[in-house]
Amino acid sequence: MVENRPWVTVFSHLVLIVGVVIVAFPIYMAFIASTHSLATILQGRVPLLPGSHFWENYSTVLGQGIGSASSPPVLTMLFNSLVMALSICIGKIVISIIAAYAIVYFQFPLRMTCFWLIFITLMLPVEVRILPTYKVVADLGLIDSYAGLTIPLIASATATFLFRQFFLSVPEELAEAARIDGAGPVRFFVDILLPLSRTSIAALFVIQFIYGWNQYLWPLLITTKQSYYTVVMGISRLVNVVDVAPNWNLIMATALLAMLPPVVVVIGMQRWFVKGLVETEK
Amino acid sequence: MHKRVTFNNKLLPYLLLAPQLAVTLIFFVWPAFQAVEQSVLVQDAFGLSTKFVWLQNFKNLFADPNYLASFQVTVVFSIAVAGFGLAFALLLAAMADRVVRGATGYTTLLIWPYAVAPAVAGALWSFLFDPTVGEVTHLLGFFGINWNYLLNGNQALCLVVLAASWNQISYNFLFFLAGLQSIPRSLIEAAAIDGAGPGRRFWTIMFPLLSPTGFFLLTVNVVYAFFGTFGIIDIMTKGGPAQSTEILVYKVYSDSFRALDLGGSAAQSVILMFIVMVLTVVQFRYIERRVHY
Repeated sequence: MVENRPWVTVFSHLVLIVGVVIVAFPIYMAFIASTHSLATILQGRVPLLPGSHFWENYSTVLGQGIGSASSPPVLTMLFNSLVMALSICIGKIVISIIAAYAIVYFQFPLRMTCFWLIFITLMLPVEVRILPTYKVVADLGLIDSYAGLTIPLIASATATFLFRQFFLSVPEELAEAARIDGAGPVRFFVDILLPLSRTSIAALFVIQFIYGWNQYLWPLLITTKQSYYTVVMGISRLVNVVDVAPNWNLIMATALLAMLPPVVVVIGMQRWFVKGLVETEK
Repeated sequence: MHKRVTFNNKLLPYLLLAPQLAVTLIFFVWPAFQAVEQSVLVQDAFGLSTKFVWLQNFKNLFADPNYLASFQVTVVFSIAVAGFGLAFALLLAAMADRVVRGATGYTTLLIWPYAVAPAVAGALWSFLFDPTVGEVTHLLGFFGINWNYLLNGNQALCLVVLAASWNQISYNFLFFLAGLQSIPRSLIEAAAIDGAGPGRRFWTIMFPLLSPTGFFLLTVNVVYAFFGTFGIIDIMTKGGPAQSTEILVYKVYSDSFRALDLGGSAAQSVILMFIVMVLTVVQFRYIERRVHY
């Protein structure tokens, strides 16, 4: 603060509060809707205060799913989402950290070719090459399996770059000292580099967990059996009902449950997340 | 690029790279290659024979008014998402940079939309703006606006822009805030001593110094609008009404999986790949520039 202008400060707070309210408004309304019965909502005006159907709605979606939309219980979908998010995020971190290690700490033929191959993945989002990727996965027989849900999304240029950047900033003397003391490449990696990378790993965990959890198009294509639905894609099954009014109270309950885990991860690990986000993308 | 001290091992580096490269080759490079191959072929109605047709698929696309309309929608959509999202985030970041107390608190309250999946964001906003039960619809009706995004194309476009920029607000906010906080305080103090008020200081000092961040965010937001908003479109409008929200990515999807037009959708994929490539290069060129900044 360079000067004392109380009115400007008050104004700043005011703008921020209005901003926060606007940003939070959809969530608030979703929460309100999820505590009322469908009849109340369909009367035409959604009340502005919570109703009394909280337990009823949440236990219905968690335990039974929504019959008219033929969706599985949200609990099943949450479990699938968790499996998918964790496998993608841990898989990405593991294969990226060892790839970055190879690129930074070894001299070998075709090193740059490998680096550029990984770089290319940045330019090919799933949305762009939907049909051919789907065909490859179908040919490999991975439709309706956790492997099909996760493995095609596990390559990560972003994570490889982040680790490469970090390894380049590790002092040369560490590797020198390790070598003089007789440590091999595996020993050096496990005992020295890995502990040093903890912060980067934590930051990437948050970003990639959210990436994995929020996948929509891929599970939509890959799953045909209800037992493999993830919760984010399951929402599309709920919204797109034919001939009946959507069960807004149950849809909103599902939406809130679908966003709860990633929001908890982001807010719980805010420090690493902010640092990692701003640094990864640099 | 690599360390002065390296380990000598013939096999190990390849083993370490193997998983990443395998996934990249099987699920990224190979499908992309197939899309390119497919885009210059035409298959007969029964899938029995294929014929090499050079760039005919591309020519057909650019002669197709639907495709050109989709291009136009995408351009309008991404400009609106980037413009609206960046302006709102910059306003909030500038205010958060000013307040001494509670800045972290506001950050916490503003970062969580990042964690909300685009599809979920789509569901939330379509509830708010639902033509029959939506809270905002009632409010708009009070002002005499007849809101029905399921019938009115312009309203549908406004709504998906709103949902998409809401979803991206935290990302923009965090980068703007980091950018603002990295501006040396001495510059701002010097301007204040010379008598520049808060508004003047913002426009003449902070805003120009923020331009690298702004440019970076612009490319990120355009990429997001092009490719990251699939879930929003699919949940809210499915490209409708009358294709008024059918962005390119959504068109590839509906042409491949609903219309099953292989050659055409492959050609669309190739065009999209080209667009991502250009955007990525722009993004990385900018990073190189900033290193010398």
